[in-house]
Amino acid sequence: MKHKSTGRACALLGMLLALALLCSYVETLIPFNFGVPGIKLGLTNIVVILTMYLVGQKEALLVSVARIILAGFLFGNPFTIVYSLAGGILSFLVMVFLKNVLKLNIISISAAGGVFHNLGQLIVAALVVENMNLLYYMSILFFAGLLTGILIGIVSREILARFPES
Amino acid sequence: MNRKILKKDFIFLGILVLAGVAFLLWFLLGYKKDGKQVELTVDGKLYGTYNLDREQEIPIEIGGVTTNVLMIKDGQADMVKADCPDQICVHHVSISHVGENIVCLPNKVVAAVTGEEEAPLDSVVQ
Repeated sequence: MKHKSTGRACALLGMLLALALLCSYVETLIPFNFGVPGIKLGLTNIVVILTMYLVGQKEALLVSVARIILAGFLFGNPFTIVYSLAGGILSFLVMVFLKNVLKLNIISISAAGGVFHNLGQLIVAALVVENMNLLYYMSILFFAGLLTGILIGIVSREILARFPES
Repeated sequence: MNRKILKKDFIFLGILVLAGVAFLLWFLLGYKKDGKQVELTVDGKLYGTYNLDREQEIPIEIGGVTTNVLMIKDGQADMVKADCPDQICVHHVSISHVGENIVCLPNKVVAAVTGEEEAPLDSVVQ
């Protein structure tokens, strides 16, 4: 799906961004409380991964970053933006590496995306509060990211299979 | 896009799971010791150290305003009040083992349980 004009690209990316924002909103409605903060489904990663496969990697990064900033202002606070940005960018870089260099399956890519999103967030959080004990959370967040990442990967795979261009 | 899940995917996911297990082991080893004190830090600076054996309520003041309240009861510390909108630290379970902590990110408040001596695993982290 190569876009021919900037107008079309604009409309398409705007729509994808809206979709990602909607996913963020849906996630705020799902109450997850396992005693450890930070466990989320990661629905927005479906949109980021689909953008990555259907439009392009630069565009996927754009959608991801724009969504984090907007969602931070809408549903969170300035802190959430910083943590999410760290997680989002780290997970994006890892996903691009796995996709281009190792050429792994979308499910593996999504699983790694989930894990590294949590890792990036936690590293920044540990640096901000200057307490490395925070990294103890990593074991729980690691498996949470892995599990939700695989689920998101399966969903993305099924959506992608139903796109005529792929 | 290839729909096939290849061997290298399984190897990759296996490595991820192993890394997760390693984290989990580290977590479990670090967590089991009962703590003696709870150490409060605000913005990386030590705010105070409180004994877990004594029942008490500790208001945390930042710039003259009480932002959080930590309660110590039955050898466990629990954040009972916070002025931030997300209330993540308030929902957090009570802590009592060495290495466990409650973090309030908006106020940069960390309550961490410590033992009599440094837990050996802490030196690895730092």
